[in-house]
Amino acid sequence: MLTMTGICAVVAVSALFLILGYLVFHGGASVNWNFFTKLPVPVGETGGGMANAIVGSGKLLLLATLIGVPIGFLGAIYLAEFSGTTTAFIVRYAADLLNGVPSIVIGIFAYSLVVLPFKHFSTLAGGCALGVMMIPITLRSTEEFLRSVPNALREGAMALGASKWKAIATVIVPCAYRGILTAILLAFARVAGETAPLLFTALGNSFWSPGWNQPTASLPVVIYNYAISPYEDWHRQAWAAGLVLLSLILVINIVARGVLARGTPLSRS
Amino acid sequence: MAATTTTVPGTGPVAGSRSWLSGLREGDEIVRLITFLFAAFVVFLTVLLVFELWQGSVLPRHKFGFNFLRTSVWDPVNEQFGALPFIYGTVVTAAVALLIAVPLGLGAAIFLAELAPVRLSDNLEFFIDLLAAVPSVIYGLLGIFIVIPLMRQYIQPALKSTLGFLPFFQGPAYGLGFLTAGVVLAIMLLPYIISVSREVLLSVPRDQREAALALGATRWEATWKVVVPFARSGILGSIFLALARALGETMAVTMVIGNTPVISASLFSPGDSIASVIASQFKEATGDLYLQSLIELGLVLFLLTFILNGLARLLILATSERGGGMAHL
Amino acid sequence: MKRLPITVVLAILGFAGLVWADSTLSLTGAGATFPYPIYSKWFDEYHKKDANIQINYQSIGSGGGIKQITEGTVDFGAYDGPMTDAQLKAYQDKHGFPILHFPTVLGADVPTYNIPGVSAELNFTPQALAGIFLGKVTKWNDPLITGPNKGVNLPANDILVVHRSEGSGTTYIWTDYLSKVSEEWKTRVGKGTAVNWPVGLGGQGNEGVAGLVKQTPNSIGYVELIYAIQNKMLYGRVQNSSGAFIKADLASVTAAAASAAENMPADFRVSITNAPGKTAYPISSFTWLLIPSKIPDASKRDAIKGFVSWMLGQGQNYTEALSYARLPKEVVAKEKKALTEVQ
Repeated sequence: MLTMTGICAVVAVSALFLILGYLVFHGGASVNWNFFTKLPVPVGETGGGMANAIVGSGKLLLLATLIGVPIGFLGAIYLAEFSGTTTAFIVRYAADLLNGVPSIVIGIFAYSLVVLPFKHFSTLAGGCALGVMMIPITLRSTEEFLRSVPNALREGAMALGASKWKAIATVIVPCAYRGILTAILLAFARVAGETAPLLFTALGNSFWSPGWNQPTASLPVVIYNYAISPYEDWHRQAWAAGLVLLSLILVINIVARGVLARGTPLSRS
Repeated sequence: MAATTTTVPGTGPVAGSRSWLSGLREGDEIVRLITFLFAAFVVFLTVLLVFELWQGSVLPRHKFGFNFLRTSVWDPVNEQFGALPFIYGTVVTAAVALLIAVPLGLGAAIFLAELAPVRLSDNLEFFIDLLAAVPSVIYGLLGIFIVIPLMRQYIQPALKSTLGFLPFFQGPAYGLGFLTAGVVLAIMLLPYIISVSREVLLSVPRDQREAALALGATRWEATWKVVVPFARSGILGSIFLALARALGETMAVTMVIGNTPVISASLFSPGDSIASVIASQFKEATGDLYLQSLIELGLVLFLLTFILNGLARLLILATSERGGGMAHL
Repeated sequence: MKRLPITVVLAILGFAGLVWADSTLSLTGAGATFPYPIYSKWFDEYHKKDANIQINYQSIGSGGGIKQITEGTVDFGAYDGPMTDAQLKAYQDKHGFPILHFPTVLGADVPTYNIPGVSAELNFTPQALAGIFLGKVTKWNDPLITGPNKGVNLPANDILVVHRSEGSGTTYIWTDYLSKVSEEWKTRVGKGTAVNWPVGLGGQGNEGVAGLVKQTPNSIGYVELIYAIQNKMLYGRVQNSSGAFIKADLASVTAAAASAAENMPADFRVSITNAPGKTAYPISSFTWLLIPSKIPDASKRDAIKGFVSWMLGQGQNYTEALSYARLPKEVVAKEKKALTEVQ
């Protein structure tokens, strides 16, 4: 029985390497200069790329971070430093609820709040959907790391005459910054791969998307559209895009965990 | 540190600094207010989401009532909408996924928590956490090009010839359908079951294990008969968490399930799930009743995941209270 | 002080976003996957002609085209069937002015299949097609199918039907045809962009159906002609109202439009499935751009009108290479006149 469990563990871990292996095998050859610099070409023609999807994903993630991180971060400060237990419970409960909402439902939410009133599909709507998803992850993790800062540091700061907000800004947050950074990176990596909320918010674009008010292509949505198509060239590009996307996400995850591990023992248990 | 004068607020020695100091005190209030607003905004957002879902599904709720959950006809032309095929599809794929992922995941978690040396356990856990980070659409990509052909050419015919007397393995083997969706979901759920179960198992107090060993149990007996039952509720919690995640999975499922609202005992049959049908039909649901029926499906899904997440949390808490280990997730 | 670099970065990005937004005019259209190959070619060529105009077309399915243009979230829609009176009224009620149809090309739905060991072009009677899609004809060696295909060795395998999973004009054309040739289909299922299919599994878009049929043995689906050609898939001949088995191609599709061309109604809403004519292909259709009759933004209006004029002229030269038939001359003339109605 013991060896059986070992086999289970090996199977689980090898799944990751199999996935990476397939992506490299099928997509590796298609990750070329064209892929990163060219726009998509009409069906049937070759030589197209995904430059607009890469930039589009970048813009969407930037917007998501600008929305999700401040709200999560500042909300966490409130929970960790200022709030009483009932408010804390309500806010945490709401955040957990939001975290558990399936991403497709977040897409519906963003569609009714941003797309309909403005009457466009837009990068803004997509960024909002992804930002909403980042909020609970950032909030809960930041709160945890802030709470884990020893009270001695807080009291030391107060003893030296710092007001509460000064203590937070100059002592507590810097002490927990590794964990907070990790939380932000992990949230970022999580929404980087999300497709469902973008389907009816950012829609898609075969050209560059100017500004924030136009639909935009994004890597996950393009992978989806190309994968279900019947064109060989598009399939190859889907694999390549998958490889690029997964590599990006894995690198961010590894960096995030590295950041955390190098920190003080208030990291992994 | 050079000569420091500890300034007690309110008694500043320099005349002009008094207003600055009281300004600082105000600073606390301002910061408190600002951070409160952001925290309250999170609550507001959640309430707004539920409100939008509720308001957005008013037509079908009034027209169909609870029958929405019981009827299986999904007919946009005649405006008849019933959620049953999608609820069925969601439940079946989740069930298949759990049937595969739970034994595998629990086995791996036991190995990592009880049997593996600490460094190996941590390193393997690192890779398993990375598996959790793989986006759904990539699983879908692999599903379409690797799993479906595998299913169609080897696995489904093999199942049919060996277990074909069971209603689950009858019917033509298309490669896509409930079974394939379940298999792809199982791989996606593995990391969640493994990492939560591992933590829960690690939080079981040492003395439980040692007492069993002292009484003459083998390592396996100690693990399986003492430690695992002790952590039972936490493990159940991890299963519920994984289940909640499975219910909401959209992309990987929609790419391999067959997109047909059908209720069938056969796992080879194509079907559809709630998340999958919303993804494929939302953009073009013409007519308010159609669109709002899709939103009502979203509401149903939301409620399902809400209940499951709540239960999961309670169960995990129950184990950790007993074990005194990790207090929150 | 740490906030300064961040604010600077944000300011630069915001400015860049604004500046970038100003230089190009971007139009968004959504709808049918049926004409996606020709539309993607057209919009690409038009962009080469005028680099300041980007027309971004998303083929999300005809249902999506109608929905999004009615919501006003896109600048124009695309649909393979004429909008119903109810849909037209819904648009008018919501916006206060009507929406106009502009035919762009002619295309055809073909029955494409993947039967191991069969490389011949099968002949399908209307009864066979209706039977297959109703779920009553379940095996490839059913007499309704083998009857007109003597000499082809059809296996006794189960037929797997593939249809569209989302709202689609291609479906509209297919079900419109089936409703005309089968009373049972008409009453049991009806015609529409999304129907309650008696059997089969769903693929997303023409691309999805073509992909599924290509990868699944013993399957049959319906796709726009160009998808079958581009994917080198076998597609069958269909028996027309005169009894002849016709293969879909430029000539037979053009023949289907011949009678409609002369009697084209002013709003261009017409169905040419099961058209009369000895050489007409029975599952042909126009496909339309749905353009609002009032476009307040002058530069967008000029861009759309400019594109449509180009499409009616030079654009038509690209159609045949992609296996779409060009519009009949009479229709082009009428459209040029109708274009002036877009204010």
